[in-house]
Amino acid sequence: MNNIGTYAIPFVIFMIIILGLFREVPLFDTFIKGAHEGLQATLSITPSLIGLITAVSMLKASGALDIFTNMIAPIVAHLGIPPEITPLAILRPISGSGSIALLDNIFKNYGPDSTVGRIASIMMGSTETTFYTIAVYFGAVGIKNSRHTIPSALLADLVGITMSIITVKTLMA
Amino acid sequence: MLISIICAAVTGRMEELSNSVLSGASEAVSLIISTIGMMCLWTGLMKIADKGGITSFLSKLFSPILKFLFPEYPINSPASKAICMNITANLLGLGNAATPFGITAMKEMQKLNNNSHTANNSMVMFVVINTASLQVIPAFLAILRQKYGSIAPFDILPSMWITAIISLTVGIIAAKIFERMCDKY
Repeated sequence: MNNIGTYAIPFVIFMIIILGLFREVPLFDTFIKGAHEGLQATLSITPSLIGLITAVSMLKASGALDIFTNMIAPIVAHLGIPPEITPLAILRPISGSGSIALLDNIFKNYGPDSTVGRIASIMMGSTETTFYTIAVYFGAVGIKNSRHTIPSALLADLVGITMSIITVKTLMA
Repeated sequence: MLISIICAAVTGRMEELSNSVLSGASEAVSLIISTIGMMCLWTGLMKIADKGGITSFLSKLFSPILKFLFPEYPINSPASKAICMNITANLLGLGNAATPFGITAMKEMQKLNNNSHTANNSMVMFVVINTASLQVIPAFLAILRQKYGSIAPFDILPSMWITAIISLTVGIIAAKIFERMCDKY
């Protein structure tokens, strides 16, 4: 099961290049154009990441994060969510850069291949910055009443969080 | 940050805190540096795939599903084309390309919505799908995992796909059920 993931990348790269050759896409020029977009996108999140990663490491160092985690630990224990994951689960729908900062912190402290690290990875990969997405799309066309968007989206996020814990515990144990 | 400083004062962890300020900022930069190479490589490859016509191919593949999800918009309307492009770009992890398509889709849908301030069912469905993030290859995530010494940065993929598909399905079902409930009132 785990091997599928390892084969995915080389396979995808292979297929992309074959497709590009077949369709006579100017390979290198197109690549440069795309890579440039990636560069700009990464650079554009740098300032907010510097601010947020500093803030997260301060929260961690001051003990505030631990106090918060301990406070909500009894509640989340009932739901079966590991307490280390809770800050990420809460921040994920609200802030993209903020959740990257927390994920970075989790990987550093527990390692990416630990249970906590894997749950955090899957949670991160299978959910989105829900509130930001809603704001961008409805904001763009001046919609003020989003009707049932938020309940549906948050329900999907909740299922995503629960499923990330279940899949790690069943498929990757 | 204020909370952290007050908390450090109370718990007597001032030294750790001031160290964390210094290291936090440089950690952010090293995170960016270590991920930027792979991000560029990936967006470059995806651009080739996009130019090679994979986006329009996938769009055709999705059209029957879209008919069900967005009944207000016929399959060849500008709105449903933009929806297709947005969903495909998201699926391929082309976040930057997805957002402009998404905004175009919203604008096209808004045209048939009499420019009201209330979202119609298709618009809600579209945004819910966008908040659920189904990605084939999460490049950034894998790079970050590798940076911290993951043995197999991609071993999470199957679990992640399952999780994302179930979460997306729940979102779609919830949107369909809630829209009927909304209609009653």
